[in-house]
Amino acid sequence: IWGSHICRVRGLSSSSGPRVCIVGGGPAGFYTAQQLLKARQDAAVDIYERLPVPFGLVRFGVAPDHPEVKNVINTFTQTAQHERCSFHGNVNVGKDVTIDELRQAYHAVVLSYGAEGNRSMGIPGEDLPGVFSAKDFVGWYNGLPSNKELHPDLSFETAVILGQGNVALDVARILLAPVEMLKETDITQNALEALAGSKVRRVLIVGRRGPLQIACTIKELREMVNLPNTRADMLPADFEGIAEALKDLPRPRKRLTELMMKAVKEGGDDKAEKCWGLRFFRSPVEVLAGADEKRAAGIRLALNKLEGSGESVRAEVTGQLEDVDCGLIISSIGYKSIPIDPAVPFDPRRAIVPNEMGRVQDTAGLYCSGWVKRGPTGVIATTMNDSFDTARVLIQDMEAGKLDLSVNKPGAQAITALLQTRGVRMVLFSQWEKINAEEEKRGKSLGKAREKLLDVDEMLCRAK
Amino acid sequence: MAASAAVRSAVSLTQRVVRVSPDCSICPLYRLNACTGPTDGFTAPNRRLRTSIGVCQSEDSSSPEEDKRQHLAPREKVNVVFIDRSGQRIPVEARVGDNALHLAHKHGIELEGACEASLACSTCHVYVSSEHYEKLPEPEEREDDMLDMAPMLQENSRLSCQIVLTPELDGMELTLPKVTRNFYVDGHVPKPH
Repeated sequence: IWGSHICRVRGLSSSSGPRVCIVGGGPAGFYTAQQLLKARQDAAVDIYERLPVPFGLVRFGVAPDHPEVKNVINTFTQTAQHERCSFHGNVNVGKDVTIDELRQAYHAVVLSYGAEGNRSMGIPGEDLPGVFSAKDFVGWYNGLPSNKELHPDLSFETAVILGQGNVALDVARILLAPVEMLKETDITQNALEALAGSKVRRVLIVGRRGPLQIACTIKELREMVNLPNTRADMLPADFEGIAEALKDLPRPRKRLTELMMKAVKEGGDDKAEKCWGLRFFRSPVEVLAGADEKRAAGIRLALNKLEGSGESVRAEVTGQLEDVDCGLIISSIGYKSIPIDPAVPFDPRRAIVPNEMGRVQDTAGLYCSGWVKRGPTGVIATTMNDSFDTARVLIQDMEAGKLDLSVNKPGAQAITALLQTRGVRMVLFSQWEKINAEEEKRGKSLGKAREKLLDVDEMLCRAK
Repeated sequence: MAASAAVRSAVSLTQRVVRVSPDCSICPLYRLNACTGPTDGFTAPNRRLRTSIGVCQSEDSSSPEEDKRQHLAPREKVNVVFIDRSGQRIPVEARVGDNALHLAHKHGIELEGACEASLACSTCHVYVSSEHYEKLPEPEEREDDMLDMAPMLQENSRLSCQIVLTPELDGMELTLPKVTRNFYVDGHVPKPH
């Protein structure tokens, strides 16, 4: 069966065309592939993904109650099914195959493997039970296999989230949303049941700086304001001087700030059982343990003042402290890329692969796109534009002769053979489609969009 | 053989995932008699859009849903000009009731439409010619929220997936914003028309 797959994949024997390898099967990888395939009718593109399943953060990061955002999967599916494109899942680049081996087999390699680590707060008590990174919490409710044993304890009244970006707002919304809103989505059954039994009633979303620096976008804030059976609990003192600043703000910032001001003024239904609030000018300095010293029971926050103006506003300590009792602490201060292979340059300070417009520094034939290129910010559309940029640069290099296309490269044929000798079981796109069908089938019996498989071994079993 | 046929028939993707058949009539290769056959359906984006008003067929400018809305009257022509990211003008003939994003896809214009017209992204962002901008209905709050995230937002910005053609939009020009840093492959800067 393996032989027939290989023959089908390379049946076109367009060995004169450029062969490009993409590392990472998320939005960056797929959008880069899409653009390459469109720009060069002779290009063959292979996508390698560590998990058996494709789509990266579109599957594991986008909130379950945002299914429209996941419509991009249709475009990615089209790309994967293109006859000059092949998806290879369950391949761990850096471990199962090296970057050098890929560079030998392909004319160009594009790194699109995103940011799987997270920035730590760097404060005492951060490792106490009850403290989670938003990345892990989101991974838990979205069925990322490595987070399936997270078991967050939701039996406490107050949760504190550090960070005020869209990920922080997603976590707050999932914690406070009525179960009715979630039960037909693709949230995992474990998470749904845990949330149904949750005692969390109050969520504070804490930021270092002020209301004018909040990083979330208006859509997510509006969803909090409109959340049923919740009220907004803000501190008017945090908003001093903001009303006066409104008129000079650019439209997006102005509308966002106006919405916050409205939430401060109106608050919401006093009878509401649950509440959420934004807290500004506060940085975490210590996670406080409970009397038994065994788990988190509170967080100590330092109060800040702002210095500077415009884009370069910074938070500076005042010396004042504030303690907040809470049993669930979620740190949402950013994802972080990690190095994939010693052969690839990596900037540990910025946690990206150093590059110039997507061309990896000092390494001909190596490119990057998405978060590993720019840093872990932005929405899917941002990554889309960025990936189109990298693809154009790659095409430009092909056309300018910077990549030697006269050399024949074996592409997937060589890599597949190598992986076989190493006992690696690749998952092709048609096999993902079987996993997909199984997830939808299980979802249907539970009245949900899908029930994700949580276990890599089970995915591989279904892919047979 | 039988096994793989069984696998193919067993695959059922969500109803949102639709296999696309290429629309040859809009493909430059076909028009130039340079098409080598249906092996490569990828020269132009061509997808069925799931919009809030129902799924639109991409091969046809009219669909049963759209005809019903027009009460079966023959639909008036509306001329629209797309101006792509290199400044090239692409005039298209459309009809009252057509969706601007759908129209763009039909004519191979590079508007991505990532969320498939569900107001969950800003990739179909266009600038509308000012005299026609006034004639569009006010954007709903959800569109404004998405527009806020579009790079290079201007006073005359709209999401093209929300523009439905009416007779007074005849002559409307929709310009694609230059969203990427290295748009021009060879460094060329287009001269204004």
